[in-house]
Amino acid sequence: MTDRFETHEHDVLIIGAGGAGLRAAIEAMAQDANVGVVCKSLLGKAHTVMAEGGIAAAMANVDTADDWRTHFGDTMRGGKFLNHWRMAQLHAQEAPERVQELEQWGALFDRTADGNILQRAFGGHTFKRLCHVGDRTGLEMIRTLQDRGVAMGFDVYMECAITRLLKDGDRIAGAFGYWRENGRFIVFKAKSVVIATGGIGKAWPVTSNSWEYTGDGLSLAYNAGAELQDMEFVQVHPTGMVWPPGVRGLLVTEAVRGEGGILRNKLGERFMEKYDPRRMELSTRDVVARSIYTEVREGRGTEHGGAYLDISHKPAEYVKRKLPSMYHQFKELADVDITQGPMEVGPTFHYTMGGIRVDAETGAASVPGLFAAGEAAAGLHGANRLGGNSLSDLLVFGRRAGLAAAEDAKRTPAPVIDDAQIAAGEREMLAPFEREEGESAYEIHHDLQQSMQKLVGIFRVEEELQQALGDIEALNERMARVRVEGSRMFNPGWHLAWDLRAMLRATEAVTRSALLRRESRGAHSRIDYPNYDPVWERQNNVVSRNGDVMRVRQEPVTEMPPELKELLKEGK
Amino acid sequence: MDAVLRVFRGDKDGGAAVDYAVPIAPGMVVLDAVHYIQAHQAPDLAVRWNCKAAKCGSCSAEVNGRPRLMCKTRMDALPLDKPIAVSPMKSFPVIKDLVTDVSWNYRVNKKIPPFQPRAGVEWKMYQRDVDRVQEFRKCIECFLCQNVCHVLRDHDKKEEFAGPRFFVRVAGLEMHPLDGVSRTALLKDELGLGYCNITKCCTEVCPEDIHITDNAIIPLKERVVDEYYDPVLKMVRRIRKMVAGRAT
Repeated sequence: MTDRFETHEHDVLIIGAGGAGLRAAIEAMAQDANVGVVCKSLLGKAHTVMAEGGIAAAMANVDTADDWRTHFGDTMRGGKFLNHWRMAQLHAQEAPERVQELEQWGALFDRTADGNILQRAFGGHTFKRLCHVGDRTGLEMIRTLQDRGVAMGFDVYMECAITRLLKDGDRIAGAFGYWRENGRFIVFKAKSVVIATGGIGKAWPVTSNSWEYTGDGLSLAYNAGAELQDMEFVQVHPTGMVWPPGVRGLLVTEAVRGEGGILRNKLGERFMEKYDPRRMELSTRDVVARSIYTEVREGRGTEHGGAYLDISHKPAEYVKRKLPSMYHQFKELADVDITQGPMEVGPTFHYTMGGIRVDAETGAASVPGLFAAGEAAAGLHGANRLGGNSLSDLLVFGRRAGLAAAEDAKRTPAPVIDDAQIAAGEREMLAPFEREEGESAYEIHHDLQQSMQKLVGIFRVEEELQQALGDIEALNERMARVRVEGSRMFNPGWHLAWDLRAMLRATEAVTRSALLRRESRGAHSRIDYPNYDPVWERQNNVVSRNGDVMRVRQEPVTEMPPELKELLKEGK
Repeated sequence: MDAVLRVFRGDKDGGAAVDYAVPIAPGMVVLDAVHYIQAHQAPDLAVRWNCKAAKCGSCSAEVNGRPRLMCKTRMDALPLDKPIAVSPMKSFPVIKDLVTDVSWNYRVNKKIPPFQPRAGVEWKMYQRDVDRVQEFRKCIECFLCQNVCHVLRDHDKKEEFAGPRFFVRVAGLEMHPLDGVSRTALLKDELGLGYCNITKCCTEVCPEDIHITDNAIIPLKERVVDEYYDPVLKMVRRIRKMVAGRAT
C-alpha cells in the first residue's frame, strides 16, 4: 500500500525547522547522514524567527567574571532545581562554542568596542550574558542556520505536516503526513526521527505563539509511546502587548528591561520593589509575570489591564538602535512612541518548559529511534526558563540530538513499515470530510482557549483544574464530530482540526500534572498550595499513555554530583 | 461598524473576489480581518501567517492593489466606505486564495555561495563595519520586493534575474567584513543584476525599511562595473592575459 503514496527515505527525519531542527539537521549531515527536514510553514518562518532578546552564553565578553559555572547556577536557580542538572551543565558549557559557530557561519552579532560579540543583561542572569542583534536575534540565528543547511544541501519539505509517527515493532520507522498545498499524503521512511516542533501556546488565547504552536510534536511522540515530563510548567512571559485587541499577547522583548526599562502601575509606583527588591525588573519571568498579574487583580492595572513599561528615559536614538522592532511594533500597531512614553504590557503565554522526556546527553526519547530537542524536549529549564536560555538550548541540544540520531541511524537497518499504520493514518485524516454535519474546528479551538485562560492560567486551584479536565473531556467528544468544509487543498480548517487533537492532548497533560503538583514552584502557582514543598522539589511529573488513558507518575529528579551541589551552595 | 473585505478566492485554474463583512475593532489589521473570516465564514480560506508582528514575512498580499504585510496594515488606515480588496501577490503563481507559490525564490537562493571566511582571519569585527551588513540581514523574506519589481512582475524574467531580495542577500555576504568569496561574476552572469534599472519600487515596499536600491543594488552594480567595465582595469587584464599567453 505504501506505493499508493509519495514515499521518501532518509536516515534521519527532522520534524520542525526552527533553531533546534535546523541545528540537528546540520549536525546529522556533518555525520554523513541523509537528512530530511519537514516543516509546516515555509523555511525560515519557524518560531525561532520571533526570538528577540538574545542567546545566553557565558562568553564573558562584557562581564569578564562570567563562566559556565555561574550560568549553570543561574539556570538551576531559575528552574527552581527541577532541571536535569546534566542538561543545565552541558548547556552552560557548550553554549559559547555554539554561538562562535554561528559567527563562523556568517551571523553578525552586535559588537563590543574591542570587536567581540556584545552581551546584554537579562532576568535571572548574574552577568551580562545575552549575545544579540538589536532585538531580532532569532532572525539572525534562523537565517544563519537556514543558509548553512541549504549550503550543505539538505532536503526540506516545506508546508508539509506530519500527523503520525510510524513504527517497526517498538522502533520508530518513519512518519506519515500531508502536503498542505494539495492535501496529498506523504510517507517518510526513516531510521531515526528528531522532534523539534516547539511548544503549545496556541491552546491559550493570549499568547506570543504562532499558529504552529499546537503541541503536535508532543502528541506525535506521546501517541508513539514516548513519555512527557514537567508539563505543568508553562511559562507566561510577563510582557506581552495588551492593546489594541488584535495584538494582545504579542511579545515585548525582555531586552526592554535588560536595557533599563522600568515597570510601573497606574499609580506610578515601581511595584517590583515589593516583589523582588534586589533584582527588580530583572527578576525571573515567573516572578515578574505574577507581580504584574497581582497589580492588575488588585486594581492598580493600566487602562487596558496591564502595567506600564517605560524605556523613554533613555536617549531616543539608543532605544531605536537597541530595540528597533519594539519601536516599530508599538508605533505602527499601537500608536505609541516608546521613545516618548511608556508601553502597556501584560502577561502572555509564551513557552513550554515541559515536553518529551529525553536522555540528557543525546535527546533520546523512551521510544528507540526517537529524539527530541529544543522547546519540544523537557529537562533543561525545570520549573521556569530564563530568558535567552532557549536560543542556546536549541543550538546545544539540537546539535546533540542530530548527532545522536545520525549515529543511531548508522546502527539501524532499513525499517519495514506495515500498511495498516498508513491506512489508519489516512483514515483518521479523511474522517472529518466525510461527516454530513458537525462543528467547525474554529469553535472548538475558541472554547478550549477560553477554558485554558480561565482555568489553567497563572494562578491555579484544585476546583478550576478539575473543571478544566471536564472541559477537555467534553471538547474531546466534540472533536469526534468535527467537520471540515472545502477541499484538501491548502485548507487551514482541516489543519486546525488535526492540530486541535494535539492541543487537547497537551492541555490534558498540563492540567493533570498541575493537579498533582500540590505546591507552588516556578511557573506553577497554586492558590491552594502557595508554598514550596521539599518533597516536590525532588520529583518530576512524567506523563505516559496506557491505551486511551493518560497516566501521570512521579520520578525522582536525577541526583546532582557533589561538586555541582557545592557550586550551588557557593552561590555561584 | 462593519468593513467589507473583497478577498480573492480561487486557485491556479481561476477564481473570483468574494465579499465578506467583518466587524471592526480598534487597532485591527487586515490579517485580523482575514482570521475573522476564517473563524466565522470561510474556514477553508487559505492564507499564510506566523508571527503577526512583521518579523517572519509570511502574510504578504496586495491590499487595495498595494503590496503589504497584512499583519502591519491597519484597517483604520484604509478607506472603509468601500470594499477592501485583498489579493495574492501578483508575481507568483496562485496556489489557493491568498497563498502563492514562492518556491522559485528558494531555488534562486541556492545559487548563492554562502559566507566563507578568508583564510586565517582573526574573529574580530567592529560595530562600524557590521552596521551596513546588519541592515541587509534585517530582511524577513516577505518577497514583497520580488513581487513589485517590474523585471519580475511585468517581464517575468525569473530565469535570468534573481530579484532585489537576493541582491540584498549577496550584498550582505559581499560586504561582510570577513568574507573571502567574490560573487561579482555571479551577479553579472547568473543573477542578472544588469536588468535592474534602479526604479526603487523594491525599496518603497520593504517593510523592514532596507534601502535596497541605494545600499545594496547600486554598490553591487559598482562592483560589477569596476571589475568588468572599468577601462583601465580592462586594459590591465588584457595585458595580463597577453603576458600569461606568452609565458605558456
